[in-house]
Amino acid sequence: MTRQLPKKDVVIIGLGWTGSIMANELAEEGLDVVAIERGPWRDTATDYPPNYVQDELRYRIRHELFLQPDQTTFTFRNKMDQRALPIRSWGAFMPPNGVGGGGVHWNAETWRFLPSDFVLRTHLTQRYGARFLPTDMTIQDWGITYDELEPHYDRFEYLCGTSGTAGNLKGEIKEGGNPFEGPRSRPYPNPAQQQPFSHTLFAKGARELGYKPFPQPSGNMSQAYTNPLGVRLGPCTYCGFCEWFGCANYSKASPQTTILPVLVRRRNFQVRDQSEVTRINVDSSGKRATGVTFVDTSGTEWEQPADLVILSAYTVFNVQLLLLSGIGKPYDPVANQGVIGRNFTHQTISDVTSFFDPAKFTFNPFIASGSIGMCIDEFNGDNFDHGPHGFVGGGYMGQVQTNGRPIQTTPTPPGTPKWGAKWKQAVRESYQSSLKPGTGVHGSMYSYRDVYLDLDPTYQDRFKRPLMRITMDFHDNELKQNAFLTDKFAEIFQAMGARQVVKEYRKGPYDITDYQTTHLCGGAVMGTDPKTSAINRYLQSWDVPNLFVMGASGFPQNAGYNPTGTLAALAFWSAQAIRSRYLKSPGPLVHA
Amino acid sequence: MAATALVIISETAARAGVVEGHLPWHPDAGSPPEAVQPGPWQFFSPQEAAAVEALADRIIPPDPQTPGGKDAGCAVFIDRQLAGAYGHRQGLYTKPPFVKGTKQQGPQSAQNPAETYRSALAALDRYCRSKEGGKSWIDLSAERQDELLHGIEDGKVDLEGIDAKSFFDTLLKDMQAAFFADPIYGGNRDMCAWKMIGFPGARYDYRDWVGRHNERYPYPPVSIAGRPDWTPKST
Repeated sequence: MTRQLPKKDVVIIGLGWTGSIMANELAEEGLDVVAIERGPWRDTATDYPPNYVQDELRYRIRHELFLQPDQTTFTFRNKMDQRALPIRSWGAFMPPNGVGGGGVHWNAETWRFLPSDFVLRTHLTQRYGARFLPTDMTIQDWGITYDELEPHYDRFEYLCGTSGTAGNLKGEIKEGGNPFEGPRSRPYPNPAQQQPFSHTLFAKGARELGYKPFPQPSGNMSQAYTNPLGVRLGPCTYCGFCEWFGCANYSKASPQTTILPVLVRRRNFQVRDQSEVTRINVDSSGKRATGVTFVDTSGTEWEQPADLVILSAYTVFNVQLLLLSGIGKPYDPVANQGVIGRNFTHQTISDVTSFFDPAKFTFNPFIASGSIGMCIDEFNGDNFDHGPHGFVGGGYMGQVQTNGRPIQTTPTPPGTPKWGAKWKQAVRESYQSSLKPGTGVHGSMYSYRDVYLDLDPTYQDRFKRPLMRITMDFHDNELKQNAFLTDKFAEIFQAMGARQVVKEYRKGPYDITDYQTTHLCGGAVMGTDPKTSAINRYLQSWDVPNLFVMGASGFPQNAGYNPTGTLAALAFWSAQAIRSRYLKSPGPLVHA
Repeated sequence: MAATALVIISETAARAGVVEGHLPWHPDAGSPPEAVQPGPWQFFSPQEAAAVEALADRIIPPDPQTPGGKDAGCAVFIDRQLAGAYGHRQGLYTKPPFVKGTKQQGPQSAQNPAETYRSALAALDRYCRSKEGGKSWIDLSAERQDELLHGIEDGKVDLEGIDAKSFFDTLLKDMQAAFFADPIYGGNRDMCAWKMIGFPGARYDYRDWVGRHNERYPYPPVSIAGRPDWTPKST
């Protein structure tokens, strides 16, 4: 029997970054808000304190802070004619779980997308002609511009205390920053983090090759910071247990360190943790959400009615809930119709491992943070002429010293055996004098007709709901992009004086066992046309106007940057539209 | 969705709750790791344990500066891991059907690591007794053990009834984790692996050092459990 809860103004599904931002904005508006979170309540002092968080086995190898696949997982195949099989243990990406979501264990690389990224199809067609794009590439414009989003990027960076060096201040290019970024209205709230040796060496090598290196924008604090909500963060200690881990020093921006201490004290807000939403309920017209159904840890099923539903789970779970709730037309890649599951993307990642003379170079790779780094952006987006190269897209690349954790990070030169005395000796010699960037080449992945999400016909989760099925492979465009970028990246390590540089190109087929990033995007994308998008420019469902869908599931294709800055800015942008327009007159904010 | 009401979720002791008004706080809240205690084998039989210790010393041989896998406690680490969550794939997706897929689709074994070790160690023993003149694995010379392991790694030696190459990949991963994980888990005894490479372990604060370039960090490692010299010796 389903138990009924009193109606709320707003129900929020998933309390990660976007759920927290939206909850705080709407609670501030005076609405009665409940957030329902599948995973546990988590906080710094109780779940990742400084006396035991620095545990590589527990958090990195055994994935303690992530979703457990026995709760739910996905099936995967490369091609539409293959049988998809379940991901039994995480590999290519790490779905979050619990309060704070991916904001707990991210690197905190806090980028903005390029102005051209938001008008991608228009921009590329104008510059290169429509025939330059592969015929099955389904990229599209977002329906929003960089200039519209800029104030919201700014709000997120000031919320987080992002450390960085501005490269474009109101149109004026600034020395030391990223000259390719869109104009920003004010500098970063904190100066860039201090850089370890390998980063200054990378910057020198990059400058010698004519590039303009800059510090990666980082949600790890370069100094103590009090954010506009009055929440305080401490300085980063470069502990080297950042990404995959929670931060014990209150030094990494997360919902816990920036929003929740204020949000939880609001009288009109509550969180239900360990409770998984199984369905968004709609009325008989199919055009109005009436709330959600969820199941708690005792197996009890509850109904939470609400006037406004905010779907802010991880990318794939947003798409799954839409499909299981019958909201929006499921995507059919054969007929090329429907939208839910369409334009699913990931990232195109590769790395370069380089070996230096141990007698001359000591890098102390454990002095690290998740998003400390020196990067170049010459080969991102459309920052360079793609005409001669025969591909589109690109990425940033950088020496990002994220860790020297030895189970994961003990590189050995090519030709070294994987075990035995020679292996041991090579590990001993190389540990201090090799570089394996935590982020190397961070390339875009554009969308294609045959890369998509739907429901699996065979495998089910613990509630006997079908798992989501991922059909994904790399296309030639991305592999060409990656070969070009990886070669450019390797040249910088040569210039730094490495005696051996090993290029680890991204190659097809897409491999679900090989960690790339957790930046899955798309599947419920934003746009201007309900035939090719699930949500409008304000992240509002075209089909059910009192449902708003947050997160990277809305990205029509993925750019060559980490997604969090953009998805958080979109949450602020959407919240502003709800506060200033929707609440006064609930209904579609855009008429297609 | 009537079926959902019947589901009992057992993977965590934590229960669903409501947080409102203030940040939840309980004295002594937290979930520190449980340190491995010395004592009898928990998963391996004495014969299996001897075989794994011999494997540990081939994969990570002792040398004048650093102990080998056996003395570093790698077999103890693997024993405790196999007796615990890892051995039984706790938290992983283990629903059938188990269908062999492509390499890109990842492992699809019906066996958990505990079962895999048990059958692989038995198969290794059978192989040695039939092909090595009745000797068991631990009685072979180090050189012969290395040859055999190279054969398994290269797919040239088959062990009856198991995927030997895939088992060897698992063994390598587990040995490296054993050697480099925090010593509270039973391997990396006295932080010997960290001392070997210069990893300072759980120190957690390098603000004084981030700006000191191309200078070797001079301090010895610290474990989650501290350092032996921090603990007063009982007299």
